Amino acid sequence: MAATGVDSEITKSDKYSILLPTYNERENLPIIIWLIIKYLDGSGIDFEVIIIDDGSPDGTIEVAKQLQNLYGSNKIVLRPREKKLGLGTAYIHGIKHATGNFIIIMDADLSHHPKFIPEFIEVQKENDYDIVTGTRYMNGGGVYGWDFKRKLISRGANFLTQMLLRPGVSDLTGSFRLYKKDVLLKLVESCVSKGYVFQMEMIIRARQLNFSIGEVPITFVDRVYGESKLGGTEIIQFAKALLYLFATT
Amino acid sequence: MILIHKISNLNNIVLHRIMTKLLEWVSAASAFFAIWYSLIGGYVKHPMIENNMDVILISPIFFLILFGVYAVTVVLYRVFTFNNCEAAFLELQKQIKEANTELTAKGLKW
Repeated sequence: MAATGVDSEITKSDKYSILLPTYNERENLPIIIWLIIKYLDGSGIDFEVIIIDDGSPDGTIEVAKQLQNLYGSNKIVLRPREKKLGLGTAYIHGIKHATGNFIIIMDADLSHHPKFIPEFIEVQKENDYDIVTGTRYMNGGGVYGWDFKRKLISRGANFLTQMLLRPGVSDLTGSFRLYKKDVLLKLVESCVSKGYVFQMEMIIRARQLNFSIGEVPITFVDRVYGESKLGGTEIIQFAKALLYLFATT
Repeated sequence: MILIHKISNLNNIVLHRIMTKLLEWVSAASAFFAIWYSLIGGYVKHPMIENNMDVILISPIFFLILFGVYAVTVVLYRVFTFNNCEAAFLELQKQIKEANTELTAKGLKW
């Protein structure tokens, strides 16, 4: 019983800042916030959601304000930016305003389900990991809404990455992750790539800097609203990043 | 245990600093071809080598094909066993409806 008391005190001192970069997510934002509240409120987890909207023309920020009124400004924090800027700078912008010692990053398009957040937190605590990353490729994880071609590209790219970089992590391009705040800051500063390959570089740099990484299997439900994208440009971007990391790390 | 962990960590650091992944591949390939060339070039003499010369000659291609077959098999196997999260999709659909109902009741307009 005494141990439980100590545990809950440690838990109390931890705070999780969830960064939600948004661009035209008017439809999805209320749902994702509702789900986050549903799974975290009353669980004893101290958290805040930081919405970083890059001047969405669909008025995402207006909906975000309504949500802030509904759930309180200690839970929902708005840190909008004027226009669409890079993902890396969105993270830095969010970290600057985060009051938590842990940062959780997820997509606001409902492909990442907040029900996994408590699992991320639990796994982090077990081994005091610097990073916990969601993986679609491990047992218990998976995807919904992908056709054969999409699966083939995904599995093929992953096979190649595993062979060339041997990262020790099964999913490198996923972006549902938990970081210690100082670790994330250090990683963002040491990364050079833009776009979605940025996620891959973050994990490779983390390995290089000897940070410990845990994994949680996640289900990835491809965008319920809106179009998903995987074209030629993404594949070329990926190949370039892979070769760059292969030759330099 | 802790000591072993520390040492392996140290090893990791040293390896990373010295060699990029590209260099690791180049050195492994060089080692392979050095051995291969010493066998086909007659630098090492043994009846067993001479009797199996044709096998040795084509061995790089043979290994390449073998690896190709392995890669295709593994990737295709993983594609066909890629978990389709039907349940996760249905759960999300249900929760979206719940959220819509609840948020609308609370006066949210979007």
